Amino acid sequence: MTATLLQSLLNGLASGGAYALFALGYTLVFSVLGVINFAQGALFTLGGYLTFLLMGGAIGVNGALPGLSLPVAFPFWLALILAGGGSALAALGVERVAFAPLRRQGAEPLLYLITSLGAGVVLVNLLQILMGSESYAFPASALGGWPASLAIGSARVRTVQLLLLAISALLVVVLGVWLERSRSGKALRAVAEDATTAQLLGINSEAMIRLAFAISGFLAGVAGGLVALSVSISGPYFGISYGLKGLAVLVLGGLGSVPGAIVGGLLMGIVEALVPTEASGYRDALAFAILFAVLLLRPRGLLGRPEVEKV
Amino acid sequence: MIDNGLLVQMLLGALLGLSVYLPLAAGQLSLATPAFYAIGGLVAALLSTGPLAPPMAADGTGGQAPGLFPLGSLALEMGLAALVVGLLALALGQAVLRLRGIYLAIATIALVEIVRVAILNLPFTGGAQGIFGIPQPFHDPWGYVLLTAAVLALVSWCVQRLELTSLGRKMAAIRDDELAARSLGIATTRVKLSAFVASAVVAGITGVIAAHYLNTWNARQGTFDVAVTTLAFVILGGSRSWLGPVIGGLVLTALPELLRPVGDARLVVFGLVILLGPVLFPQGLITPSLLERLGAPLPRGRRPA
Repeated sequence: MTATLLQSLLNGLASGGAYALFALGYTLVFSVLGVINFAQGALFTLGGYLTFLLMGGAIGVNGALPGLSLPVAFPFWLALILAGGGSALAALGVERVAFAPLRRQGAEPLLYLITSLGAGVVLVNLLQILMGSESYAFPASALGGWPASLAIGSARVRTVQLLLLAISALLVVVLGVWLERSRSGKALRAVAEDATTAQLLGINSEAMIRLAFAISGFLAGVAGGLVALSVSISGPYFGISYGLKGLAVLVLGGLGSVPGAIVGGLLMGIVEALVPTEASGYRDALAFAILFAVLLLRPRGLLGRPEVEKV
Repeated sequence: MIDNGLLVQMLLGALLGLSVYLPLAAGQLSLATPAFYAIGGLVAALLSTGPLAPPMAADGTGGQAPGLFPLGSLALEMGLAALVVGLLALALGQAVLRLRGIYLAIATIALVEIVRVAILNLPFTGGAQGIFGIPQPFHDPWGYVLLTAAVLALVSWCVQRLELTSLGRKMAAIRDDELAARSLGIATTRVKLSAFVASAVVAGITGVIAAHYLNTWNARQGTFDVAVTTLAFVILGGSRSWLGPVIGGLVLTALPELLRPVGDARLVVFGLVILLGPVLFPQGLITPSLLERLGAPLPRGRRPA
């Protein structure tokens, strides 16, 4: 394998990890509620800004507050966890204002799309007011004493890319084991299968729904922090394209399928990384072109379950 | 407060609302409107700066400037744009309309993104800057107000008539229960395809007017954001009659401009409106019962229970 190919593969796996985290967040909410939380991109953006702030980064707000920063600076791993927590809280807020009232009314799924998008618009524009529209880059020393890049065989890979891949893999495994083994994970899956029956069996469905939102917010926040560390924050809208690609990955893997989200994410990352530089302008459309093709050939995604229609 | 320029944008918003409404009236959540809008605008931009460009005329100060764009050419552009997006919708619709619910929504979002990236990268679309200097058919915005109002009136009239025809009733039947409609012998695919093509044609024609009005056209005109806002027009205006998306488009296009005094917070307020609207008015502003009180004729089978 040539060095450049290895390099591309590793880069692809790293961004694929971020896509997988994103799609997992969508999947958790989709499996319990059957609707997509379109505010996920905004939660990702929030995670990026929180990580930046918690690591002691100075904000500018278009020059209005030059050099303002928090009195403390956390190491990146702690900042990431706290940013994930912040996004989880925001996700609970989104659930409360955009999802819970509609659920009580028994509203049609279409309305959730609008309210969650509205929540995303509010969050993104609040961030715009608080942080301005300038881009924020992390200092080279963001990872403390760690080297900026490592040699793997004949390829050199940025440490932050490896970190992105490693943390994504860790979160995916932890989440998978938790869903499969733990009592609360099983309860969550029971709610996903049938909320009413689960409620009758003594599971607090409402609490499980909130838990799903909190976890998906945490995943989005951590993914946002990691991607921000890796490519910098280009402004309050930086989560949108990731949010849309996460959506493509979600459907590619099959809605509501956890393994599908992971496989779809990694696959998408690798395929994008293999696009030759001459055609790089079209790279952003690739995810959607693949999605389009897959939907037409396999309407339930690569690993999705067929759905039986009943009248 | 509402000047002619904003009025044009409001009328264009109402047209886009109708474009999103048409598939929805057949129960199909398609977000493809921005893609066809972008293509319609591109057709106008390419034709009016290329083969249909008006000859240069004296500009009154001794120099030369492009003359007024003939209305006949504008009509020709609308016809061609309608043809291009109509055929495209016909071809794509065969494939995507097999998808249901959220899958159709996401496939159409994918379409919007593919068209956006293509317009950004194709060699003849002007890249990120787009196409400039699109010639003007009118001396001032008032001409645009009249033109757009006329097109909106025509499209609204067609959609309102449609709801009283057999096709319109079939659309309503599919919206209420697609499987039941099919079991009653309704050719659901053909009905859905008709709605999808009509939606594309309305979006394409709107794009033609918008390209001339804005004087420039680029990849940022048809984005996911547009899909969101135009869907909000329909949901907040009311998705049960043609009047809903028209009112929704007019009001929600004006809202961010009228909120300008609030400064940076205006998009936050706009987001709050989208967030709280469906909770407070699940049927939108224009509900079937409101229409009945206003004495409007309701299509059969659509009377509120």
